[in-house]
Formats: sequence, C-alpha cells, structure tokens
Amino acid sequence: MATKVHMEALSPTMEEGRLVKWTKHEGDAVKSGETLAEVETDKAVMELVARADGQLLKVMVPEGTTVPVGNVVAWIGKPGEKVDGAGSQTAGAGSQESGAGAAKPAPVPAPKPAAAPAAAPAPARTAQAPATVAAQPDATRVKASPLARRIAKDAGVDLKLVQGSGPGGRVIKRDVEAGAGQVKAVAPAPGSRLPTPSGAPYEDVPLSQIRKTIAKRLVASIGPIPHFFLTTEIDMERAAEAREALNKQLGEEGGKISFNDIIIKAVALALVQHRACNAWFQEDHIRYWNEVHIGMAVAIEDGLITPVIRNADLKSLRQIGAEARELAGRARNRRLKPEEYTGATFSVSNLGMFDIDQFTAVINPPESGIVAIGSVVPKPVADGDRLVVRRRLRVTMSCDHRVIDGATGAAYLKTLKQMLENPLAMLL
Amino acid sequence: MATLTYRDALNQALREEMQRDPNVFLMGEEVGVYQGAYKVSRGLLEEFGPKRIVDTPIAELGFAGIGVGAAMGGLRPVIEFMTWNFAILAMDQIVNSAAKMLYMSGGQIPLPIVFRGPNGAALQLSSQHSQAWESWVSHIPGLKVVAPATPADAKGLLKSAIRDNNPVIVLEGEMLYNIKGEVPDGEHIVPIGRADIKREGSDVTLVCHSKTLSVALKAAEQLAEQNVSAEVLDLRSLRPLDEAAILESVKKTNRAVVVEEGWPHAGIGAQVVDLIQRDAFDDLDAPVQRVTQADVPMPYNKLLERAAKASPEKVAAAARRVLYLE
Repeated sequence: MATKVHMEALSPTMEEGRLVKWTKHEGDAVKSGETLAEVETDKAVMELVARADGQLLKVMVPEGTTVPVGNVVAWIGKPGEKVDGAGSQTAGAGSQESGAGAAKPAPVPAPKPAAAPAAAPAPARTAQAPATVAAQPDATRVKASPLARRIAKDAGVDLKLVQGSGPGGRVIKRDVEAGAGQVKAVAPAPGSRLPTPSGAPYEDVPLSQIRKTIAKRLVASIGPIPHFFLTTEIDMERAAEAREALNKQLGEEGGKISFNDIIIKAVALALVQHRACNAWFQEDHIRYWNEVHIGMAVAIEDGLITPVIRNADLKSLRQIGAEARELAGRARNRRLKPEEYTGATFSVSNLGMFDIDQFTAVINPPESGIVAIGSVVPKPVADGDRLVVRRRLRVTMSCDHRVIDGATGAAYLKTLKQMLENPLAMLL
Repeated sequence: MATLTYRDALNQALREEMQRDPNVFLMGEEVGVYQGAYKVSRGLLEEFGPKRIVDTPIAELGFAGIGVGAAMGGLRPVIEFMTWNFAILAMDQIVNSAAKMLYMSGGQIPLPIVFRGPNGAALQLSSQHSQAWESWVSHIPGLKVVAPATPADAKGLLKSAIRDNNPVIVLEGEMLYNIKGEVPDGEHIVPIGRADIKREGSDVTLVCHSKTLSVALKAAEQLAEQNVSAEVLDLRSLRPLDEAAILESVKKTNRAVVVEEGWPHAGIGAQVVDLIQRDAFDDLDAPVQRVTQADVPMPYNKLLERAAKASPEKVAAAARRVLYLE
C-alpha cells in the first residue's frame, strides 16, 4: 500500500508550510531519509524527507503552495501502484502564492472527506487558528465571555472595539484588560495617561495578517528595519521664553533647564497620547508600552550610547535635566550599568549643539521610532503678511513602518509640535 | 494521626459505629466468614458475632429488601454490595422502597440504611463490571450519595452515613481500597454535603470526586509545570452537592473542568455544569469543559480501557482549553 507524505511540523511553532521546491519528481526512486522537497516554515527553509522507500508516485501540491501541517503532499509506493485522491484538503486549504507554481492547477480530484481525519495529527491547529481572527468592528453581536462582558461594562470599554483572541474571535478576560488601553489609543483623550486595568507595564498584541504583510514587504524593500522619515519645523519662541523664565526663577539654585530637557519631556508626553508610536516590534507581535522610557543618544568617544530616562512623562523638567546630565556624564566615562542603557521605548537624538539644522536618526531596535533634533536657530518666517524673526527647530522623526504608518507618525509629530509651540499644553 | 489504608479506614468506621450503637449491623455477600470480598469487614464477625455480621446468599434484591425492612423496624443496617455492578439487581429496593419510605409514609417511617460497595472500573473487568453508577443513584430524591476519595474521608463519611436517618449510598472503589493516607485519631466525622479543596489554585478549578481525585491532582501537577495554577475541588458528596464550594472556587478562577468516572450523558458533571452556568455565569471566562469515561461500554482490552478512562493528560488538555492555551 502506498504511503502518504504529510506536510510535517518542521519547527515547533509551524502551522503551515510553503512548498518551495520539489527535489524529487514523480517517478523518481526515493529512499527513506532522502530529501523530497524544500519547505518554507515560519522560520526557515527546511527539508522534507521521505519516510518510506519506493517511488514518488504522485505529487499532490505544486511548488509555491502553502498547506497546513498534516496535509498530504505526496504519495510514495511501488511503481504502478494506484493511489487515491487523498489529500484533497490541499485544494481548499492551500493558498497559491504568485510565482513558480501559480499557473499549475492543483492536481487534485474531487474531495474525499474520508481521507481528511487520517491527515490531521495536529488537533491544536483548529484551536489556534481562530486566535488570529480579527475583531469584528461592524458585527452587531460581539462574541464575548460573560466575565469579559462584566469587566468591560465596569471599565466602560466598548466590546465592539476589542479584538477577541478566543475561539472564533471571542473576547475573553485578557482581551478586555488589554483592550481598555488599546481602545483609548485609537482615539486618545488629550493629556490623559492610558488606563491600564491590568497594571501591566506593556501589552503584547499579536501581529495581524496585514501587519505581517507590511512588515515582510517593507523589510524586503529597505533592510531589516523599514525606516521612513517625517520632518516638521517647530516654532520655539514660546518654549524659549518659558525656558528663560524658568531659569530666571531657578536663579542660582543651579540645574538650569535646557531645550533638550523640554524636548524630552514633550516627546514623552506626546507618546502618552500616541501609544501606537511607543512600541517595540517583536518577532510575531507588537509590544505596546504603557510606560514611557526615553532613550537619549549620547556621543561618546568612538561611538554612542543611549541612556534611558525612565517614565519621562511623569518626571518634572528639573528631574529630567538632572538625570540627563548625570547619565550623559557617566556615559562619557563609560560608567553606565546595562539596565541604564536598555529598555527604552522611544529615543531622542539631539545634534543641535553641533549646529546641525536637520538630520535623520537611525532607529534603535526594537524601538519603533526616534526623533532627530536639530539646532534652535533664529529664522525669518511669515507671520500673516509680515516677515518676522523667530527661533525655529527642525525635528525629524524616523519611524519603523512595520509598526508606525505615515499618518500615525504624522499625528504624533503634530502633537509634539503643539506641545513645544505652546509649552502650557504640557500641563493639560 | 495514623496512616491507614482506605479499606482499614472503612473497617474502623464500621467497628466504631457498631460498638457505639447496638442497632447497627452489616449484611452482604461474604462479609462474615470470608471477611469481605475486599476485606473491609476483617475481624468484625469475630468481634460482633453472626447476628450482627450477616452472610447472605447471592440475592441482592432479597438482602437489600431485608435491610429496608430492618430499618423500618428500627435497626440501622449497613448493606454491602460486592460491587455496585451487582447492586443494580437491588435497584427496586433502593429506589422504590428505601428512597421513598419517609415521603410515602407522610414522615412517619424514617429509613436509616447504608448501601455501600466498590463503584466504577478497576482494571480489565470489562463492560459489565466496570461501571460508575453515581449518576443513577444521585438522580433519586430521597437518597444521599457520598463518594470519598481518601482514607480520612472514607472513615468520616461512612460514620456520617451510618448515623444519618436517611438512606445513604456510599460509593467506594476497588482501586481505592489499598491507598494509604492519614486518618485523624478518635472521633472523626466528615459531614455529608461538604466538598473539600484538595489543592489550592487560582487559574482553573478541577472538580472531581472519588477515583478522579488522583487524576485531577496529577493533572494539576502537569499544569503547574506550565505555570498554570489549578485548584482541585473534591466534591466528596454528590447529593446533596456542596454548591457554595463549587461556586466560590469558580468565582475565584473563572474557569472549570469537571472530571468524573462515569459516562458523559446525564452525568454528575452535567449537574455541576448546570449549577456553574446558572449561578456563576458572569464569572465565567470560558465554557466549562468535562472529562468523562468515553461514551462506550468499558473495553476489556488494556489499551482501549486506558484510552476510555479519564486521564491526567485529558484533564490538563481540557484545562488548557478553558485557559485558551490551545
């Protein structure tokens, strides 16, 4: 009797594999252990080997096709031996990708349901698949566990906006607890810290299919982190005035406030309103941070390092200033401890002191964004129909396109600009 | 505190209750001269004599009926069935006489009787001798049903059963008679209708009784290795059910798996699930899962028998499902 060749789980997390290339062809003699095909798993291209001796009688899956683990992809048997059309599930379940196999029709006869159970050694698959089901934004009835409903009601969370991770997209307890923050992030309430009922410092959101595709395509385009850049010019006149007034008041107490301190504070506060930018790209999910830790690029001899000002959104300008000076000093002396230069959720790079008008900074992974700060310089600008001289600052944000889209980054930058142009807004 | 086998704990309970009350007597097949098919009545004939340790013919309906009559006459019989598989022959006396006498006599005739014996599957006794009857007997108003899982609970519950003025079914287990455990010295009573948390946990409640306690405890061990904290709730009494204990645990964990030896259809677990869905609805984060014997007569084949029974692996898998871990 002929032996089925199944799509095997070639990595512990593999749920489906793409048949990249058949290294044996129909009619070829095969020996147990010989490579039959190359299969792309979620991690790498691996070899699918024969588990029986004989002839490769029939190939069920054309190259380029993705099939779930457990499906029949070929038959091995004695020459001339008949095989039935089992493995028909590949026709429905497999998705053809463009490329080599796209033109070939799947060589599969009419479905034969009886064959399906034999080829399904992975019951976990059915249970896991729904986890990626997207939220049902327009569904009239939201599927949710009774407990999730009760928590949502108590927390004032709209279940329609929460993505369910249970079977069939069911919203369960953990989704609501995470969702309370997530929902508000879509439409941020100005100036408010996102409520996080779970009290967790961050929340992991699985990558949606579109997010995965964006990640894959953009990385293929420009290196491992697909950067894009947004520049805006900010009027620093009022920030400068505020800084002068504050420093006058501080007088001889020392610890003057710098533009850098004000910028770090504004960057952090703006992130509170735009959590979508305060995130880490991880292998299979995006980690949205509920805390704001700002990495501050510091030039040191033959390199640079980014000490971290933790919870910068919650610290006063004086605290930020003192901490920044202290960290920068120790950074130059190479006295930073590892925990002092890791764990940032977003970074700032300031070359203003070098008279740089504008530049682009490179993202410090796994963070998704960094803002590059130029010099504050007096410039002629139009004020209505008058020409006036104002202190201006050019800021360029580098975004990881796998996490942040253009409009998302622009919205963040707009908030940052508003805060710096009207520093009182930071008090809101 | 002494370490005793389950069988000796039952023996102690019988002996102590017979010493305490001259109206208590034991009747059944091989309970006297042979000292019990599973040696639960060891030494009792010698101590109490043939009037109080009564060997019977192989006639379950007959001696169950004699027991009912004796109880109506004011004695406190303990009827031993060699197994509950044989007790189904006596079901008419249990269901139609014992369970209904108090009701149909308008409260005039109480019926203090205990029907006891091993219940459920042992090993490779095949379909007719591997049956768990708890849902049959628990179905009947007028009966109380207990199913102790440990020596201490066996002693404490049998003593409560003998002192109760109603018919009480005591479900033991051939595979339980040899297990050992600590039994409190002296007067040790476990009240009927009181469940017991055998292991505390916070993530999921495993509801079990009798032999499935060890299944649930092993599952909890496996789950702990995966950082899941399972609470194991031993029902101990099946009728009345300790509803408050079940609800309290589920309200804490938000998830439940109900394990039993019997078949799924109309099983004890169905009753527990009914309670949870009704009275803990807003505390549930996932549908309650059940683990039971497969819905088939128990196979004789060793591997098939193992596959048909509830196992720690099945319970752990069900727990992972209610936790959305698979």
